[in-house]
Amino acid sequence: MTDQDEDRADALFSALADRTRRDIMRRVLAGEHSVSALAAHYEMSFAAVQKHVAVLEKAGLLTKRRDGREQLASGDVAAVRSVASMLTELEQVWRGRVARIDELIASDPTGRTEPCP
Amino acid sequence: MPVTDVQQDLDALTLTITADFAAPPARIWQVYADPRQLEKVWGPPTYPATVVDHDLSPGGRVTYYMTSPEGEKYAGYWRVTAVDEPTGFTFEDGFADQDFNPVPDMPVSTNVFTFTEHGGGTRATYVSTYGSAEGLQKVLDMGVVEGATSAINQIDDLVAS
Repeated sequence: MTDQDEDRADALFSALADRTRRDIMRRVLAGEHSVSALAAHYEMSFAAVQKHVAVLEKAGLLTKRRDGREQLASGDVAAVRSVASMLTELEQVWRGRVARIDELIASDPTGRTEPCP
Repeated sequence: MPVTDVQQDLDALTLTITADFAAPPARIWQVYADPRQLEKVWGPPTYPATVVDHDLSPGGRVTYYMTSPEGEKYAGYWRVTAVDEPTGFTFEDGFADQDFNPVPDMPVSTNVFTFTEHGGGTRATYVSTYGSAEGLQKVLDMGVVEGATSAINQIDDLVAS
């Protein structure tokens, strides 16, 4: 790893080492959020939330754009994601769906013609 | 564990999931044929799906939206291309606007679902193909929050342990 890579890793890990910032990431990965809408979720000042957003932006985990008076933040994990890890993420979605089908058919014994092994 | 095999084809951008269920193919078919059952399994519990239109026949459309914990709605559609009840069906899955019109710039995945009799139960094969890495990225960013947040959740688990 070059010094630059190491700096980047430091920035990523220290950005994600904070509970509020992980919570912000979860929200902005789901879709674009204004910083003021984000701030409404936390018991801290708007300025403090804005600082957390700035740390995540500096680490490359989210991007910000302006829309009128609002600052809109959205998650950007492209930089830390390879195609392989994207397919692995998608695999998690499918594993969730398969687990829910399993639960659904298990809760419905009349639909079963064979006993569960 | 019902998932028995996972294949990732990095060149074709195809994910193949194989799962075994303790119920016959007709029962698994019913999960997809009944919109009320389909919405129980399609979206993660934190982003429950609501199926609006449901026509599981060739050329038919299934439309749905997922609702975020904050109440935002993300709409999608299936365009059903082939149906062979109860052994499987093929469809394209894409993003839609709030009126369920396909969003032209958004990626579409091709999906082939196959259900075959296997040891008194069903072996299900789910094959999903994406056109480009950018498309796959968009799908993960927009539609399937379950996957996109898993990396963050892993860090949470790590910190908690």
